[in-house]
Amino acid sequence: MRAIFTFILLACILLSPVQAVEKTFVIGYLELESDPRYKERYSEARYRGQPWGRPFDGAKIALKEVRFAAASAGVKFELKRKIVKDDAELIAALDTLISDGAEHVLVDAPAASINALAKHAAGKAVLLFNVSAVDNSLRQKQCRKNLLHIIPSRAMLMDALAQYLVSSKWRKVLVLQGPRPGDADIYQAFKRSAKRFGLKIVDTKPFKLGRDPRQRSRNNVALLTSGKDYDVVFVADSDGEFARAVPYQIQRPRPVVGSAGLVAEGWHWAWDRHGAPQLSRRFLRKSKRWMTAYDWSAWMAVKALAEAVQRTGSTELNVLKQYLLSEKIVLDGFKGYPLSFRSWNNQLRQPVFLTTGNWVVARAPLEGFLHDKNNLDTLGFDAREIKCQ
Amino acid sequence: MKVHRLWLLTVILFGLICALNAEAKDTGYLFVSSEKDHVVTVLDGKTFKKIKEISTADRPRGMRFSPDRQHLYVACGDGDSIDVIDLAKLEVTDQLDVGDDPERFDLSPDGKLLYASNEDDGLLTVFDLQNRKIIAEVEVGEEPEGVLASPDGKTVYVTSEVANVVHVVATDSWKLVDNIVAGNRPRRLALTPDGKTLWVTNEVSGTVSIVDTASRTVTGEIKFKPKGFRAEDITPVGMVMTPDGKTAYITMGAANHVAVVDVATLKVKKYVLVGRRAWGITLSRDGKTLYVTNGKSDDLSVVPTASLKVKRSIPVGRVPYTVVVDD
Repeated sequence: MRAIFTFILLACILLSPVQAVEKTFVIGYLELESDPRYKERYSEARYRGQPWGRPFDGAKIALKEVRFAAASAGVKFELKRKIVKDDAELIAALDTLISDGAEHVLVDAPAASINALAKHAAGKAVLLFNVSAVDNSLRQKQCRKNLLHIIPSRAMLMDALAQYLVSSKWRKVLVLQGPRPGDADIYQAFKRSAKRFGLKIVDTKPFKLGRDPRQRSRNNVALLTSGKDYDVVFVADSDGEFARAVPYQIQRPRPVVGSAGLVAEGWHWAWDRHGAPQLSRRFLRKSKRWMTAYDWSAWMAVKALAEAVQRTGSTELNVLKQYLLSEKIVLDGFKGYPLSFRSWNNQLRQPVFLTTGNWVVARAPLEGFLHDKNNLDTLGFDAREIKCQ
Repeated sequence: MKVHRLWLLTVILFGLICALNAEAKDTGYLFVSSEKDHVVTVLDGKTFKKIKEISTADRPRGMRFSPDRQHLYVACGDGDSIDVIDLAKLEVTDQLDVGDDPERFDLSPDGKLLYASNEDDGLLTVFDLQNRKIIAEVEVGEEPEGVLASPDGKTVYVTSEVANVVHVVATDSWKLVDNIVAGNRPRRLALTPDGKTLWVTNEVSGTVSIVDTASRTVTGEIKFKPKGFRAEDITPVGMVMTPDGKTAYITMGAANHVAVVDVATLKVKKYVLVGRRAWGITLSRDGKTLYVTNGKSDDLSVVPTASLKVKRSIPVGRVPYTVVVDD
C-alpha cells in the first residue's frame, strides 16, 4: 500500500511538468481615456457610490487568484488592456481584440458607449462584461444576449435601500433631485422601488449647486428640507458634490439616504465577512486605495470566467457562455450567497450592502424579504418585469 | 491502545512532577477562542462556569493541543503569531513567529513540526518547533485555510478558499505535488481514520467533497437540506469525525445546524439545531459530547451525541471560532 502511494506520489511529481504546457486564454479589457469618472480630482473626492479610480487592478488581482484554477484546466489567463480615446476607437479596439483571440472582453465605460459596443458586437464571437455602468436601461430595453452585467443595476441598489427603509419603518421620504439626466435616472429607479416596497414620497424638490441667494430655494439645504415632515431625505445626485453636503444640514433631525448618508453599494471595504477583508486588503496593497463596487466588478468578471473554465474544462466561447448563464454555476463574490446570472437579462444576482462612510450597516436582501425562487431576486428586475427587446 | 497507555503514563509522570499543580492535566476544561475579543475563554467542562479569560495576541482563531497536552497552540491572525498557552498556568508563555496572519494549522504526527496557513500571503509555513524557526514556505492559493497532516507524515493538505482547490504538499520536498479541484470556497478538512478518504467542506457551494487520497480525485459529494433553510444559507465549515470513523458531524454555518452524516453511506442521518452561524466543532474523547461555537450568537452549544439535542448554550466571547476540550 505504501509502495503504491509512493509510486503515485512519484508519478505525479514526474508528470507535473506535462501540465505546464498551457493554453493561453486572453481576456480583453476596454476603457475610455476621456471617461469623466476617472478625472483625478473627481476620484480623489471619493464620492459615495462612485468609482475611486480605474477598476483595472481588480481584474489583475483576480488574474493572480485564479492561477491554480486555471492551471488545473491547463490554461493560462492573460489580460489585454486597451485604453482608447472615444466611442469610435472603442469599436475599433474591440475588433482588434477579437482578431487577437480575445473572446471575452471586460468593458469599463458609460452606458451609452457600452450599448453602442454591444450593438456592434452582435453576431461576432465575443462576450462582453459590463463592469461599471449601473444604468437600468442596459438591463431593460437595451439588454443584449452578448452582454453580461457584473455591477449591480440602479434598480438593485434602490431596492436594497427601499428594503432597509421599510424594515426601519421610515416610510415617508422627501426626495431632493439634481438637474442631471443621471439624477433623473436615480429618481426613477427610487420611485420604482418605493412603489414596490410601499414607501411614500411626500415631496420631490429640485436642487441646484451654487450660492446664488436668488436661487436659495434650490441651493440651500435647510430651505429645501423645511417643508412637509418626512422620515428620511433621499438625495438623487449622480455626481456627488451636492449630496455630500446634505447630512447635518437639513432642517429636521432625520437621516439622509441615497447618494449620501446611508448609501446602497455593490461592495464596501468595511464588509468583514466571507473573506471580504482579505480581498479588500489585497486591493489596498496593490492600488493604495480602498476597493469599490467598480473594482469588485472587474475582479468578479475574471473570477466568473475562471470558474466557468475550471468547471467545464473548456475555453470555447459557447461552452463557457452556456455555463455562465446556467443555473448550475456557483460564483463566490465574497459577500455570502452563491451568485449566478439572471437568465432574463444577464445581470449577476448578488447581495447589496447598505453602507455608511466606514461601515456596512446591513446586507440586502434583508430578513423577511422573500422570493419564490431566490431571495437575491428581490433586488432588481425580476423575470416578470423584464422589457428586453 | 498503545498510544492510550503511553498517554496514561505521561499523565501519571506529569502528576508526580507537578504534584502541587495536579489539576493542570486532564482538566476537562473547554477552551474557546474568540476572534474579536482577543481572548481564549476557559470553561469548566462540567459546570460550564468561566474559569478564566486568557488574553492572547489579536484575533485568535485555530487552536490545537501539543501531543503531550501540556500546551495549547493558538493562531492569532492579526497578532501575526502562534501563542502558546501553558495549560498548568493558563496563560500565554510563548509566541511563535510563523509568518503573517496565521489562521489554522496542524502538527506533524511526531509533534515536531507545525504547519500554518498564512491567510494574507497565500503561504503554507512549515515551522520547526524544537529549533523555533521556519524551515519552509510553500506558495499556495489565496486565503489558505484548512491544514491537515496525513497520519503517515508524508502529506499536508491545504485548502485555498479563493482558488477552490485542495493543495497537496509533499513533506519530503515541501513542494506542491497536486491541486485537487473542490467545490466553491473549500474550508476545512477531515481524514477518515484509515487515511483513505479526505473530506472537504465547501462553504459557498454548500457541499462536502469526498476525495480519494490515493488517486487524488473527487469521488463523491454530500449535499445538505436542513428543514426551513434555503440553499444559500447552507454553508458547511467545521467538521469532526468519530474516532471509529463511522460518523461525521458537520456545522452548517448560516443554516444554524449540525449535520450528522453516516460515513459509510454518505447519508445525512439528522440535523441538530444549534446557535447562529455554527462553525467550530469538537468532540469529547469519549465521543459522548459535541461542542459547537456559534459566531453570530456569541455562544457555545453543548450537544450530547446520545440525544443529539442541545443541552446547554453557554455565552462566550465575541465571535467564538474554535473550541477544544482538554479531556
